[in-house]
Amino acid sequence: MIRIDSVTKRYPDGTVAVDRLSLEIPDRSITVLVGPSGCGKTTTLRMINRMVEPSEGTITIDGADISRQPVNSLRRSMGYVIQNAGLFQHRTIVDNIATVPRLLGWSKDRARARARELMERVGLDASLAKRYPYQLSGGQQQRVGVARALAADPPVLLMDEPFSAVDPIVRKGLQEELLRIQDELGKTIVFVTHDIDEAIRLGTMVAVLRTGGRLAQYAPPAELLSSPADSFVEDFLGTDRGIRRLSFFTSETLELKKTPIVAVDSTAEQIASRTDPDTPYLLVTGLDGRPLGWSEPEDLVAGEIETERLLPYGRPFVHGKDSLRAALDAAVLSPTGWAVAVDGDGQVIGAVSQQTIGEAIRSAHAEGRDDAKVAG
Amino acid sequence: MNVLNFVNAFFGDSAHWHGYDGIPHRLLEHVQYSLTALGIAAAIGLPVGLVTGHTGRGGNALALVATAARALPSFGLLVLMFVLLGLGLLPVMIPLVVLAVPPILVTTYEAVRSVDPSPVDAARGMGMTEPRILLRVEVPVALPLILSGLRSAAIQIVSTATIAAYVSLGGLGRYIVDGLYQRDYEKVVGGATLVAVLALVTLTVFWAVTRVAVSPGVRRSA
Repeated sequence: MIRIDSVTKRYPDGTVAVDRLSLEIPDRSITVLVGPSGCGKTTTLRMINRMVEPSEGTITIDGADISRQPVNSLRRSMGYVIQNAGLFQHRTIVDNIATVPRLLGWSKDRARARARELMERVGLDASLAKRYPYQLSGGQQQRVGVARALAADPPVLLMDEPFSAVDPIVRKGLQEELLRIQDELGKTIVFVTHDIDEAIRLGTMVAVLRTGGRLAQYAPPAELLSSPADSFVEDFLGTDRGIRRLSFFTSETLELKKTPIVAVDSTAEQIASRTDPDTPYLLVTGLDGRPLGWSEPEDLVAGEIETERLLPYGRPFVHGKDSLRAALDAAVLSPTGWAVAVDGDGQVIGAVSQQTIGEAIRSAHAEGRDDAKVAG
Repeated sequence: MNVLNFVNAFFGDSAHWHGYDGIPHRLLEHVQYSLTALGIAAAIGLPVGLVTGHTGRGGNALALVATAARALPSFGLLVLMFVLLGLGLLPVMIPLVVLAVPPILVTTYEAVRSVDPSPVDAARGMGMTEPRILLRVEVPVALPLILSGLRSAAIQIVSTATIAAYVSLGGLGRYIVDGLYQRDYEKVVGGATLVAVLALVTLTVFWAVTRVAVSPGVRRSA
């Protein structure tokens, strides 16, 4: 465990970057430091590998004071990932990744073999090994940065806004990759970002810092969204924190309605039997079980269903896997107000109205914040 | 009065290809003076430029010294050194080194300063020692610029080393000085041509060194 104990960083000109900050960073989890610029989040991170020395207070790792350890061996025991990756442009990708093993005295062959192993782990094609950084995209460069940080298998990974410089789609991919790698490797990761969505998405614990380097709140993301400590945290979370909080509730509890579903080859009797006064629309599915679209029952003529005239169904959600947020989104996107639920294979298993989702949200709130975290 | 005729006559005369005053010997002398001066200038300019560039300290003092040194006329300095030190290689080397240090020093400093700070930060964060950061991270990236500083210094030395002849030393300046004295313009033009050719050879050598020494990753992205 990394323990930051009433640490202050004061610069000679009197500026206080970090003010009596105390944090306990749990092992084998992702702890995110988030806040506006000037909140001291990067300074805090850089104090952990002594790129910045605290003016007051101590930082210990598993009880050992880091200020008593030789600085370079301390840094070699921690992976370090920065914005824009900071790759060495004169070295090939494989040699960039092999940097720390080489510093630790590994042979060139062993370090390169390890580097190739890591390229695979972070999702980089082996053909890129002999390339130079300028030949890679921003997202690929950042993967190299992560691989380089992991090369010597350090227990701790420090990441300073690693994904801020890439576009949103690439960033989402990198975030998913990080969560996947973390599942496999279980590192103690300290992650700095100014993006609250990224913090909530990645963090096991999230520390919100305010300008002047003071801790505003330190909590798991679901708790942050449900009970922000003060108006600063509330503002920082943004206006849609209620919606975002739904990411932490599973859609499993939603009761699906199975009646308003007809296959495209249904008979007139089947269509009639599926029609009931509570559901003004019927969902037509293809022969493969996938959704085709909604229709009013009277517009459906058995044997002559024109699929191109059906109402769009928006985007279905995967029942049980997706969150309540995804289910609500599916309902809002659907012109009929009904969300289509599918199984893992994309086959329709039911439909859910906005009203039912609303009831599920209310009961989720009532049950409190113990629900398991589900991917949003 | 055709320069090409002079050149032809000079290089066509077999007497110019043998002995103590022959082209091979004078060329060798010239190359020796030039390499010595470049070696000394690099031994001063490179370390100082690298360290000030890495630490970022002393840049202003450096610019001041370099500007002052550039303002010194080489020929005036040669005469002064000759008066102070008498005949010998030293009074020639001093003006040549004074001439060559500023371009090496300033370009090296600028080259290291202009290296992207983020790989340097990453290297430090990974636990590289400062000398290693300088030599393994900054220098390889700064190398094209550093070599260009050495190249301009070398070209200036090669053309200025002719002044050695004024204080009774050898080198290609011998032909120019003696030719002027003897009113043998064939010799003057021949000597000047040799200096120009040597300068071009120097350029080629630096081009080749840059090709070999600079990483493809730096060459392409620069």
